[in-house]
Amino acid sequence: MSHFFYIAAAYIVSAITLGGLAAWLVGDMRARRRELAHLHETGHRRRSDRQETLREIE
Amino acid sequence: MNESTATAKQSFITRLANPSRFIGLADRLIPWLTGIGLALTAIGLIGGWMAPEDYQQGATVRIMYLHVPFAWLAMMVYGVMTLAALGTLVWRHPIADISLKAAAPIGAVFTVLALFTGSVWGKPMWGTWWVWDARLTSMFVLFLIYLGLIALTRATPEPGQAARAAAIVTLVGALNLPIIKFSVDWWNTLHQPASVFRAGGPTIDWSMLWPLLVAALGFTILFAALHLTAMRTEIWRRRVYTMRRLAAQRADSAVRGAA
Repeated sequence: MSHFFYIAAAYIVSAITLGGLAAWLVGDMRARRRELAHLHETGHRRRSDRQETLREIE
Repeated sequence: MNESTATAKQSFITRLANPSRFIGLADRLIPWLTGIGLALTAIGLIGGWMAPEDYQQGATVRIMYLHVPFAWLAMMVYGVMTLAALGTLVWRHPIADISLKAAAPIGAVFTVLALFTGSVWGKPMWGTWWVWDARLTSMFVLFLIYLGLIALTRATPEPGQAARAAAIVTLVGALNLPIIKFSVDWWNTLHQPASVFRAGGPTIDWSMLWPLLVAALGFTILFAALHLTAMRTEIWRRRVYTMRRLAAQRADSAVRGAA
């Protein structure tokens, strides 16, 4: 097949880049979730908290 | 309170101003959007590989099924950010700045991928990786605007402090969108003119057009899933910031009280 290198490069780099973006977003999400859970464990609550945040992060 | 205000129904957008309600909706939507987006993208790309090769470009036309959706998303994500900027400046909607900030890195990634897939398509078909024609240059400017907005939305100690500044810069940068779209008509470019969204209908044969449209829809739905995930994370980031500040204030006043 002609120009195989160019086509493969387009698909492989796109897959790696989008996978990396998704991994970064999920990692950021998990880190913030841990921080919120830790704050709750140490007894910190928002004034508007009526267990709502705990429900969200479960 | 009179009767009309007591029974007034809030619009959907107004109801989403409550971050907890927004998070509840995001929790429900994200798994569905991810699944449907992945499925449609797979159908579109597989359909693209089964479609006939181009009579001039041969197999390199396969790059189109990535390049066109990425270029479309590079511009659509900026359109989403422009609407969010209006939401911040006109309605002061609390979720609007979160939407703008969360979309910027995703838009930058799609812009880079549009430039990259265009480059590896240009080398075999045009004989060059890059040329400073109006379409390629205006897309590169879009990428630089994304980088500027990523930096600006993360430049302040308090998340969200730069909301109004970022909204204004976003609106100014939106001037680039019509320049990108019409660059191929206004100037003599190496890049081809529009062949999908054009007056008189698409010029691509249906056998190639349907996989392209399905892939574009799939990637668009995947963007929605990524964007909602990033927005939910941003709301949590701001909650953590606020709770830590309140905790520090409480600890501070406790120390002062003891002294």
